[in-house]
Amino acid sequence: MENLLVAENIYKRFGNFTALNNVSINIPRESIFGLLGPNGAGKTTFLRIINQITMPDEGRVYLDGKPLHQDDIVHIGYLPEERGLYKSMKVGEQALYLARLKGLSKAEARERLKFWFRKLEIEDWWDKKIQELSKGMAQKVQFVITVLHRPKLLIFDEPFSGFDPVNANLIKDEIIQLKEEGATILFSTHRMESVEELCDYIALIHKSNKLLDGKVSEIKKEYKSNTFEVGLDAIDEATLRQELETRFQVGPARFKSIQDDLKLSIKIGENETSNELIQFLLSRARINHFVEVIPSVNDIFIKTVTQNA
Amino acid sequence: MRNLRLIIHREYLARIRNRTFIVMTFLSPLIFVGMILLIAYLSMLNSTEQKIIGIHDDSGMFASEFKDTKNVQYLDYSGRDLADARQEVLTNEYFGLIHISSAPGEKTNVEFFGKDTPGFGTIENIEKTISDKLTREQLIDKGIDVSEIDKARAKVNIDIQNFAGERSSKMSNYIKMFFGGAAGYLLMMFIIIYGNMVMRSVIEEKTNRIIEIIVSSVKPIQLLLGKVVGTSLAGITQFVIWVLLGTVLLFGISSFLGIDPLAAQTPASTVVDQVPQPEINQLMVDILNLPYASLITFFFIYFISGYFLYSAIYAAIGAAVDSETDTQQFMFPIILPLILGIYVGFFSVVENPHGTVSTIFSIIPLTSPIVMLMRIPFGVPWWEILISIVVLIGTNIAVLWISAKIYRVGILMYGKKPTYKEIYKWLKY
Repeated sequence: MENLLVAENIYKRFGNFTALNNVSINIPRESIFGLLGPNGAGKTTFLRIINQITMPDEGRVYLDGKPLHQDDIVHIGYLPEERGLYKSMKVGEQALYLARLKGLSKAEARERLKFWFRKLEIEDWWDKKIQELSKGMAQKVQFVITVLHRPKLLIFDEPFSGFDPVNANLIKDEIIQLKEEGATILFSTHRMESVEELCDYIALIHKSNKLLDGKVSEIKKEYKSNTFEVGLDAIDEATLRQELETRFQVGPARFKSIQDDLKLSIKIGENETSNELIQFLLSRARINHFVEVIPSVNDIFIKTVTQNA
Repeated sequence: MRNLRLIIHREYLARIRNRTFIVMTFLSPLIFVGMILLIAYLSMLNSTEQKIIGIHDDSGMFASEFKDTKNVQYLDYSGRDLADARQEVLTNEYFGLIHISSAPGEKTNVEFFGKDTPGFGTIENIEKTISDKLTREQLIDKGIDVSEIDKARAKVNIDIQNFAGERSSKMSNYIKMFFGGAAGYLLMMFIIIYGNMVMRSVIEEKTNRIIEIIVSSVKPIQLLLGKVVGTSLAGITQFVIWVLLGTVLLFGISSFLGIDPLAAQTPASTVVDQVPQPEINQLMVDILNLPYASLITFFFIYFISGYFLYSAIYAAIGAAVDSETDTQQFMFPIILPLILGIYVGFFSVVENPHGTVSTIFSIIPLTSPIVMLMRIPFGVPWWEILISIVVLIGTNIAVLWISAKIYRVGILMYGKKPTYKEIYKWLKY
């Protein structure tokens, strides 16, 4: 079985408002899956459905090939966007309680907590109350609680939005490590930088509809426009540009370089390869810079959203 | 089930570790006992105060009729000059002077001189003494044998029995009223105090933003039930401590200070004083004969289901709002039936335990726990209790279902001040 989680034709309405309109998503095993979309697109509703906090009006969710069941909560770790802890409870006690709600025995939970607290160097927080901790400290505790029961599926809703940069980095590293240890990670975000760094797969939700999903590399291939950025050192830049313009689509380009080059972005024909462009350039100028323009997830995001607007 | 137990455990600990809760647990009995002792002390002061009243009786008929009591001592100034007598009472700071001016055959005129206006009791006592004496004298004048009248005076005491032959007395009605009233009042207090606590704890989870973490592990209905049960266990703990501590303190301190706490209930004890021995015996029989088994059973049934009903509503309100200040608009529908229940209980049930009003309100689910608890000591037909319990449990299930719906939507709603209309819409999500 290739997919850990399969969501089929999910519909969810709140009164007259449709939050999810026929959304189907497959999440492959041991991957990092990014759920993208502007604010209010329906990402959180989708995550809540997987966590069985809200029920879909229509559609089915399968985990490990079996319909999602109440007992499956022990296989899922969820860090919601709106996250907090009991203010007047001690850190250790609270973590134990939440871990036991996820099905761990008291002894097991305590042992694993000790391990994580040591790992994150927060051992001396055990007997502190949450209200004595800073927000960043509380975030670390929340993260530990989310992953403690070693779920197959980890769900983070906007994991980087609430975290300070140091903790955001820490979470990023831990996410990668958890994936290497065999977990599947689903996170939602509207910040694209983190997607580029982490995600193997993405799905794009906009106004309750899924517009796009798949492997990041394949999506990028699909969205690339056969465009290359070049930095050229030519004697007569104006003539070269004219020559290029008769043959290709040419536009200005902006990139950093130590040379005082002619910087252009050149789009070649559908059936042409980069070699043909290089051959064309070789005889006319020295090539200091040659890079294929790969669309960023951000570009794809904006392009798709505006296309469907 | 395992999670429910965990939640109950946590909620219980969270409640009883709360600083306000601890302070209230130990402070309330102190305040309560202090109040009782203060009242007892004051009424003791009242009763030990001795009044001295002078009597200036022109006729010489009445002075001997005024007998000294524990609180009043009479001094006879008859035969002295009235002005002298007044002067002496004034300088000695006595309570007052009664002046009875009448010659035989004339209309008797009574005056009272005093620094302060005498209380009703004193006036009544004086009037009664004089009027009794006068009546007797006049009867004798008319040639009637007073001792015959005394003999003929009959005391009637109705012997109340039901058709099954069980005896009861007027006193037993007071006892039943007391038991029923105490149970109903206790339930109301319990609902208000601990229902509010449930509500606050729901709001706390919402404002702490921990709620979504919890409901990703447990069903909202489990959390709701756990909260209600945990809080009520904490409530029972508090009540038990109050009762134990209160009793120990009351008798400990009062014996230490030498104050009789029973003196605080002077009116009641006077009533008992006046009851002749056979009736006291009957009273004891009545108390022993109260149907304790059914009283206790129904007390628990109504107490638990009544408390659950209201707690579920409190929890739903807590889930619907963002902060405690927003709860005001939803409080009225909770407080109204509670107060109505108490009013119906103390006015209608006492007047006529099986009248139409009492019967109807002991079936309407929001008032039935209180009203029925007050009615039960008077004996309620089993089918009425059955209807009332069925309606109550049915409502409980419906309200729990509705509350759970509001709860599971509400706990994830932030920043919106909900209206009734909005909440109604949530039911359909």
